[in-house]
Amino acid sequence: MAIIETHDLTKKFDKLTAVDRLNLSINEGEIFGLLGPNGAGKTTTLSMLATLLPPTDGNAAVAGFDVRRDAAKVRRNIGFVFQDPSSDDMLTGRENLYLHALMYGVDMRNINEKMDAVLRLVDLTDKQHQRMKGYSGGMRRRLELARGLLHEPRVLFLDEPTLGLDPQTRQHLWKYIKKLSTEKKVTIIITTHYMEEADMLCDRVAIIDHGKIAALDTPQKLKSMLGGDVVKLMVKDPKLAAVKKLKYVKDLKHEDGVVTMTMFDSNKHLQEVLKKVGDVESVETRKPTLNDVFLHFTGNEMRDSDDASEGGWSERMMHSSVENR
Amino acid sequence: MSEISGLYALWYREFKIFTREISRVVSSLVQPLMWLVIFGTGLGSALGENFIGTGASYSTYIFPGIMVMTVLFGSLFFGLYIIMDKRVDFLKEVLVAPLSRTTIFFGKVLGGSTDGAIEICLLLILGVLFFGIHLTLLSLAETIVIIALLMISIVSLGLIFGALMTSQEGFGLVVTFVIFPLFFLSGALFPVKSLPTWLYAFVAINPVSYTVDALRAVMLGIPASFGLPVDFAVMIGFALAMVLIGSWAFRRMKF
Ligand SMILES: Nc1ncnc2c1ncn2[C@@H]1O[C@H](COP(=O)(O)OP(=O)(O)OP(=O)(O)O)[C@@H](O)[C@H]1O
Ligand SMILES: [Mg+2]
Repeated sequence: MAIIETHDLTKKFDKLTAVDRLNLSINEGEIFGLLGPNGAGKTTTLSMLATLLPPTDGNAAVAGFDVRRDAAKVRRNIGFVFQDPSSDDMLTGRENLYLHALMYGVDMRNINEKMDAVLRLVDLTDKQHQRMKGYSGGMRRRLELARGLLHEPRVLFLDEPTLGLDPQTRQHLWKYIKKLSTEKKVTIIITTHYMEEADMLCDRVAIIDHGKIAALDTPQKLKSMLGGDVVKLMVKDPKLAAVKKLKYVKDLKHEDGVVTMTMFDSNKHLQEVLKKVGDVESVETRKPTLNDVFLHFTGNEMRDSDDASEGGWSERMMHSSVENR
Repeated sequence: MSEISGLYALWYREFKIFTREISRVVSSLVQPLMWLVIFGTGLGSALGENFIGTGASYSTYIFPGIMVMTVLFGSLFFGLYIIMDKRVDFLKEVLVAPLSRTTIFFGKVLGGSTDGAIEICLLLILGVLFFGIHLTLLSLAETIVIIALLMISIVSLGLIFGALMTSQEGFGLVVTFVIFPLFFLSGALFPVKSLPTWLYAFVAINPVSYTVDALRAVMLGIPASFGLPVDFAVMIGFALAMVLIGSWAFRRMKF
């Protein structure tokens, strides 16, 4: 059953169309990812679903309630972890949690145990009585996540929840988000820049760019859309023409002695490629990552083209992701 | 039920913050004390112990007006400060909660009024000790009602401006064009009876004048210029109007 349904959902800010006729259907209990570059319209989409922004056009229903007509009922069913800081500096971490529990109608009988549990989860037990003024960015983030989990909503919106967290904490949170989804059947909508995160967590991913969905499927399917494995060869003098004739080779590229291509069943075909291409110094094959998918759908260039675009957003993404490896 | 715990939550937040900014409370008393001690004594020494036959010294005469001024500044700024909440996005956290905007509004009014009440209590104690204020149980109760009505009105007024404004830049304008006129045209510092007609007209359309008038009648026993029933009618009407407009502004607020 779909717990979130949008129909031509649109948001315009003056002339800019931030979200452009979005049609989504998200199932109950699913972890759904919105993956897209800065300004793609992710936050705007979540804000409309959470009744914080009125849509310009189209409509959306969350937990069966229309976001425009039944805003109060929608809000009763959702939780939101915002991209930007939204806790009170003058209060301690624990006080912020307590405040949240009161406002979101959490059963107050065992509130202390609940707060203890979420604090432990994000590893802030020993900082809980400190005013949030003295928290680091990552600590604040963790507290706000704990807060979003406190009232166990049916639908939880996480807007870049692990931005700026260290890898250890991120892994921790992934585990918890997974657990929340399987045990409590919470539907989770997550926006992220991290491919790894989307790949690890999400049942389905929508790649969104300029307010439009460029692709939507399971991470596996999205990756297989790229046409198999990525093969990278270091070759002094590659005989490209010969390789190009092979039917199963796609997206053949060559730059500074590095030849890349994609193909299905690389272990079966690799022999033949190696024979034809020339003196190979090293071979690397890998499964495509969501990163490849992301670039494929949001880059200005399709991968078929030989020359890479210069300095575009996709290029920068590629470089930074290479550096991170 | 959740609306009530939400109301409590919002009050709890304001009160916690208030207790952590005790220095602000102390400094909020400095301005009224300067008016009472320096201005009151300075002008009062020229006017004698029996100001215009009221039986009160000038410092005592302006005491109710200075209380009103304290509420004006404190409560209006309290309301304006939701702009800060907007900036740190704390407001989003509140607005996405399953609480009606009206509840959020009243939580703010309640929080602001509590802060103001504590300040006013301190000022009142100083008044009894040093500025010739005598209170009976009845006049204390009446004073509390009057001050409460004023606080609700002014916190709401501040919240209306806060809901409409998007940055702190407008603060100065509000001080110049709202707080000062409300204060100076309220008769806080002078009797309104013998004013020239043009000035009297301004005083008469200022709702705060009726608060000063009633407070002076209740605390000092000086006959009310507009009559107490009129004073109370205006005060209640003003409070209702501000609350209604305020909760409407909150429902419409964008961020
Ligand atoms: N309140 C607003 N007024 C005007 N334009 C806005 C407003 N909010 C967002 N926009 C614009 O809408 C577009 C989408 O913004 P949005 O915040 O949804 O992007 P995003 O996908 O969340 O990006 P990021 O990854 O940087 O968080 C951007 O071009 C942004 O400038
Ligand atoms: Mg965003």
